[in-house]
Amino acid sequence: MAEWLGLFQRFLKDFILGAGTTLELTAVGLLMGFLLGLGLALAKTFGPKWLRAIATGYIELFRGTPLLVQLFLIYYGLPSLGITLSQTLSAYLALGLNSAAYQAEYLRGAIQAIGNSQMMAGRSIGLSRWQTIQHVILPQALRLALPSWSNEPISLLKTTAIVFLIAVQDLMAKAKRAATITYNPIGSYLAVAVVYLVLVFALDALLKWAERKTKIPGFEINTKRV
Amino acid sequence: MPKPILTIKKLTKKYGNNVIFHDIDLVVNEGDTIVVIGPGGTGKSTLLRCVILLTKPDGGEIWLDDLEITAKGADEDRVRQHIGMVFQNFLLFNHLTALENVKLGLTKVKHLPEAAAHEKALAELTRVGLADRADHYPGQLSGGQQQRVGIARALAMDPRVMLFDEPTSALDPELIGEVLEVMRNLSLEGMTMIVVTHEMGFAREVADRIVFMEKGSIVEEGTPDDLFYRPKYERTREFLWKITELYGKKEAKE
Amino acid sequence: MNFSSFIQYIASGTAYTLGVTLVALPSGLVLGVLFALLYVYGGRVVSRLMSLYSTVMRGIPPIVLLFILYFVMSGSVNLSPFWAGSISLGIISSAYQMEIVRGAILAVSGEQMLAARAIGMSTLEAIRYVILPQTLRLAIPPWSNEAAIVIKDSSLVYALGVPEILRRAQLISASTQQPFLAYISAAVIYFALVFIANRLLARLERRLTIPSNP
Repeated sequence: MAEWLGLFQRFLKDFILGAGTTLELTAVGLLMGFLLGLGLALAKTFGPKWLRAIATGYIELFRGTPLLVQLFLIYYGLPSLGITLSQTLSAYLALGLNSAAYQAEYLRGAIQAIGNSQMMAGRSIGLSRWQTIQHVILPQALRLALPSWSNEPISLLKTTAIVFLIAVQDLMAKAKRAATITYNPIGSYLAVAVVYLVLVFALDALLKWAERKTKIPGFEINTKRV
Repeated sequence: MPKPILTIKKLTKKYGNNVIFHDIDLVVNEGDTIVVIGPGGTGKSTLLRCVILLTKPDGGEIWLDDLEITAKGADEDRVRQHIGMVFQNFLLFNHLTALENVKLGLTKVKHLPEAAAHEKALAELTRVGLADRADHYPGQLSGGQQQRVGIARALAMDPRVMLFDEPTSALDPELIGEVLEVMRNLSLEGMTMIVVTHEMGFAREVADRIVFMEKGSIVEEGTPDDLFYRPKYERTREFLWKITELYGKKEAKE
Repeated sequence: MNFSSFIQYIASGTAYTLGVTLVALPSGLVLGVLFALLYVYGGRVVSRLMSLYSTVMRGIPPIVLLFILYFVMSGSVNLSPFWAGSISLGIISSAYQMEIVRGAILAVSGEQMLAARAIGMSTLEAIRYVILPQTLRLAIPPWSNEAAIVIKDSSLVYALGVPEILRRAQLISASTQQPFLAYISAAVIYFALVFIANRLLARLERRLTIPSNP
């Protein structure tokens, strides 16, 4: 045990750097995924048939294949088509595109729940479709989606762990390095597991705070957090 | 000289093979309060939604003043500034306070400056008796209060015509009165209104004309006295009999 | 090399992918159901323990857990990467499946348990004849989500050297210098597997639906 703590201490700085990268990957992936996912959700709810089909196709493809395959496709596969991206960029792209597909479903559920009747109400006072989406539907839908959407940042944080397989220097990569140096794989990965747990708890607390902050008085929706 | 504000000509609506209503003709003059009654599912709500262009009719025309609003190329969003609608389920914007609900159309559609919008919104809320609830969210208001905010929201746009789609059907009995009161006052002030409702007392006392719709067409149209005491058709008499019994109001035949 | 020979080579890894999935998923299910029952009916201490298990196991990235469990297992018992990897994935999945089953039990439980005890059943009998049958039906939709996840997560064991789909894609990508084609082929095969799994489970759900008049 003392030996393990010693390992922890020795590589703490390394782990913190790695954790920083992990958080960065999560943030970028989440943001990309949100913007694209919102677009997909709106397309699926309000778009013409052909746009809905494209959105559905995208979502099915990215949710139906492993992230690892998507990552390898981007990092190893694209160069043979002339597009070469750095490890970090490939990771951002893969995480963002993948997360978009999942976020689209969370957002779509909320938009559809709010959708139709509020669209009627907005248009009845002369707002255009787009204005109604902007000022009436999204403010409500995003708040409604928050509890179930909150699963995504946490899921994404855990998912970023695989990018070390294309040598991105995240937390997992630091663990691997520690393992190689100390010949103690179990200890190293256990140490990193603890750091991940801490990150997840912190993120969870942050999300719960956000939920409380954005509540609409009197408009309580009970959606379960998985 | 009565001036027609709204003219509906031969309006038809289908869903697939189902005919919701067909060849509806209706003229609404300035200041009229028209009450539409009839059994459920006969297309009364759909008719209102067609008037405010939230649903596209399959045939016929609707004219607002001198403009055919069902014509191709008509600016629907603009038209909807001149028609107000009150919904059965209120449909308030849940994330906004009562005041903000009323203000939204003023700032985003009519582009009024903040101060002017605020003033007007407060005035409309006062008109429906809810100035003291301006900062409450819909979730903090009773059904009757929510509906009155809904009315204020529609009125704020200064519409030519107000449409009411079963405004009290979703309310607890003791809250119905406050909404009908607001509607009665509106009518007395000269607002042109089309009201779909089952509230026969309101129809009798406030309507200038009552329209009885059944199975997708207008069976009979006339003043309250005409319909209640001298209905031309058996179906009209039957329906009125049933519904006044159901609502426990005084019989039509006295 | 053309597309179809690519698919053929990589598809031969499907046996391993299916193998991993068919070990991980059921073992995750058995453990998941057991843990869920312990969580709901096991009393305060056990409940807290299970809650802790759930939080920890679901808070750590699967790949980290996979590596830890793999090294622990291959260190103490002489297991092949295939078995070590599959069982590890099963253990990881058990935490998620526990939450799914727990959610379903809670959606059924309350009054059903009351009714069952009222006709004289013991808690155990009630669980077996009344609660679980309903639970398992309710759990199918979220469970098919988990099944899809396990199929996709099986790709992680490539890092342990198991010659499943992704590993074979890597090998053929290196030997033919056609990485794009290789990984697209892998993606197609995974997609097909997930698609089929979803269809099968949807059919199962339809079969098990309790008739009701909406």
